[in-house]
Amino acid sequence: MRGRFRHRFFGRRQRRKRDGSPHFTIALAGNANVGKSVIFNRLTGSDQITGNWPGKTVERAKGFLHYNNYDVDIIDLPGIYSLSTFSLEEVVSREYIAQEKPDVIINVIGAPVLERNLFFTLQLMEMNIPLIVCLNQMDIAISKGIMIDTEKLEKLLGVPVIATVASRGEGIEKLKETAFRLAEQHQHHLHHQQIPIHQAINEPGITHTTRYSANIEERIENLTRAVEEVKTDLGYPSRWVAIKLLEGDSKIKEILAEKNKPLVATSEAMAKEMQDIFHQPSYVAMTSERYALANEITENVQSSKSTKRTLADRLDKLATGRVTGYVFAVVIIAGLLAWTFILGTALSELLANAFSFFQSVDPQVSGTFWAVIWNGLFGGLVAGVTLVIPYVVPFYLMLAVLEDSGILTRVAFMLDSAMHRMGLHGKAIIPIILGYGCNVPAIYATRIMGSWRERVLTGLAITFSPCAARTIIIFGLAAQFLGIWWAVLLYGIAVLLTFTVVRVAVRVMPGESSGLIMEMHSFKAPSFTTILKQTWARTKSLIFMVMPIYMVTSAVVQGIYALGWLQPVNNAFSFLTSGWLGLPVMAGILLIFGAARKEMVLLMAVVLFGSNLSAVFTNQQIFVLALVSMVYPCFATIGVLIKEYGWKAAWAIIGVNVGVALLVGGIADKIWGLFS
Amino acid sequence: MKESTEEYLEALYTLTQDDKKAGTSAISKRLNIAPASVTEMIKKLANKGFVDYTPYQGVTLTAKGFEIAQKMTRKHRLLEKFLHDVLKIGNDKVHKEACKMEHALSDEAEYALCQTLNAPDKCPDDNMAIPPCNLGFKSCEECREWGMDNLEQIGKRRQDIIAVSQLKENQKGKVVFIRGDNKVLRRLLDMGLTPGTQISISRIAPFKGPVEIAVRGSKLALGDEVAGNVFVEKSAVN
Repeated sequence: MRGRFRHRFFGRRQRRKRDGSPHFTIALAGNANVGKSVIFNRLTGSDQITGNWPGKTVERAKGFLHYNNYDVDIIDLPGIYSLSTFSLEEVVSREYIAQEKPDVIINVIGAPVLERNLFFTLQLMEMNIPLIVCLNQMDIAISKGIMIDTEKLEKLLGVPVIATVASRGEGIEKLKETAFRLAEQHQHHLHHQQIPIHQAINEPGITHTTRYSANIEERIENLTRAVEEVKTDLGYPSRWVAIKLLEGDSKIKEILAEKNKPLVATSEAMAKEMQDIFHQPSYVAMTSERYALANEITENVQSSKSTKRTLADRLDKLATGRVTGYVFAVVIIAGLLAWTFILGTALSELLANAFSFFQSVDPQVSGTFWAVIWNGLFGGLVAGVTLVIPYVVPFYLMLAVLEDSGILTRVAFMLDSAMHRMGLHGKAIIPIILGYGCNVPAIYATRIMGSWRERVLTGLAITFSPCAARTIIIFGLAAQFLGIWWAVLLYGIAVLLTFTVVRVAVRVMPGESSGLIMEMHSFKAPSFTTILKQTWARTKSLIFMVMPIYMVTSAVVQGIYALGWLQPVNNAFSFLTSGWLGLPVMAGILLIFGAARKEMVLLMAVVLFGSNLSAVFTNQQIFVLALVSMVYPCFATIGVLIKEYGWKAAWAIIGVNVGVALLVGGIADKIWGLFS
Repeated sequence: MKESTEEYLEALYTLTQDDKKAGTSAISKRLNIAPASVTEMIKKLANKGFVDYTPYQGVTLTAKGFEIAQKMTRKHRLLEKFLHDVLKIGNDKVHKEACKMEHALSDEAEYALCQTLNAPDKCPDDNMAIPPCNLGFKSCEECREWGMDNLEQIGKRRQDIIAVSQLKENQKGKVVFIRGDNKVLRRLLDMGLTPGTQISISRIAPFKGPVEIAVRGSKLALGDEVAGNVFVEKSAVN
């Protein structure tokens, strides 16, 4: 695992080194919502890669910068509040810092919330890597009447502090310069290891490490010595290991237990002593001390005066008001969907026309075998371009605006109790809304949920959200042949199904539901360059994921059909399609095609039966076909489910989808039968 | 103490939540006792210093009465949880059963019950919050590590602590106790809710939605079930 991590991460670095330019790595670390990605974008320009941390479902962003003849990798670590093991993001961050040892860490902190941010800074200082504090969002702090003495802060922390307003680019040059000076000194130090690290990198000569009260400090020092004596390289700084052992960190204990069991026992005894002294678990005592220190520093450097209520405050009040809050939430969600579908349809038509100029994109199932395969591949590509991009890009763009500005947080705050009835918490509304655009990125977005259980449950909810392609079926079948209200009814059924299925799943799936703990950062104007870059990076990774599946599965399904192999399969399942669902036997073919790409249900129907479907299908059959098509998942969704949740959970979700699709389809058929 | 006294105080605990005054008719309805005998009993309780009673206005619990009322309510709801979760007795029966058992349950058994059930926060039948214990622990984790012995050494907590979910807008408080498993505890600690921290309520979402608290210069939204497990000492001035 570690070998793979190192290899993948440093592949590029080693290649670059051979070019001859000297090389640095700078890591950005900090809480969420402090403008870290804005800093990242200011530093790196357009040369960025987003992907996953190896073996983990945590997003990793890496950028490059050429500066003073240096090649620099810039790593954007996930936004976290602590270096414990509460979340995957925290584990990824601390493993990266300890094991890959970047030359410099830039700790981005939000000036309006100094104290809580300093709590994290104090933990980073324990990791023994050259550190710069970037005090960002100074403009927001000033608008709230908060003044911070950066020089004093620098003195108290013993690390350089640079004040910035990243959204306007203020302070970025100084940040770069300081980072390079530290990185150069650090590399120099690595090559001439004579001076203690803190003296080499911090001019005033102040040890930049967090000091605890005597009772704790004494134990940390004893344990640090013991850790050093056993001379087993754990890959982490000794003092940090000692601190984590005293906190009872399970990961560190596990690593140490493999090498030296008695030391773990010693640390546990010390932790127990601490518990007796402080009358609380050792980690509570240590967290309290860190916060006390953060508080002391804050009191020393920060002064605040009361300010008039700003426009943002007023809007904020409105966004969570008793009545206005719900109006606001509904307007935001409806507006987002309307923007996506109105803009998306226009763009989609434009692109589809452009493509049909080259070749017919309607599925072909006759002609030479290769012509059919080619048509499938091309059709898949066009579907990707004309469906995914027109709908998903506007959606991503607007979603990023809502997210970055803090609007979505207010929506989650208002809808928490509604989501609660379903068994999820407020944050789940964000990926679920995203699912109405496309299920694939929505399932990625479930990463914002705290626990794995909640991620899977939200993923299940998403698969019941009618995406853009399913909307085409709903409109192309139900609205076209039965009337608009039937399409609305289908949407209603989708919402009802989501609600019911998740409620049942919450009861069945083992584990406790965790409640909402969410930071409410202040309303702010979003940074458009950051949003554009993020949207581009996300669209790129979505295309790489969805396009190949679209192309290959369309070609395969069309090929198999052309070879005549699909008919026997279809006949074998006729007991379901015609027996249970009451559809024509041929509908099975449509549903199989729909698994490759949802809109193929409609496209294939037209190819097989001509455009006047009401001549072939009864109204009853059209409704059932639209309903079933709306519920079961496509191959791209199945792919991402497996990727994000593993085989077991993914198949459970897919099983529920297919089962529910057949169940409600059959029931709808029977009920319609009663009334006609 | 008589069982009937305990039953009255317990009923008043629920009826006077949210700083309301309980009317005699509400009490009579809840306990299924004639209004005349309720009035008589309330007067007796007032004489013993358990309640404050103003005719035609209603009844409130005194500090002394509140302590017993809270303790009995806690025992009652813990027992309901035990009967339901461990003995698998139906939700419709647990209330009646717990009503009889609660008067015989010792404090020690109550403590053991809470540990065995992993510090539950809601009772099963009507989803009411189980009041926290009155021992001086700052978290359930501390209690688990303490074990069963020497309970008298821990000391007692103030009785009038209140869950964050019950505070009103702009009220302030000091964190004294966090209930639940250590995952939630650690998360809350990391966000700055260490014991002794001052918080204030900045807004509350309707329909039992989250509360937003101001803590250490930041704003934090806590879902109802999380806020129900963070207990504070209410500050005297709002």
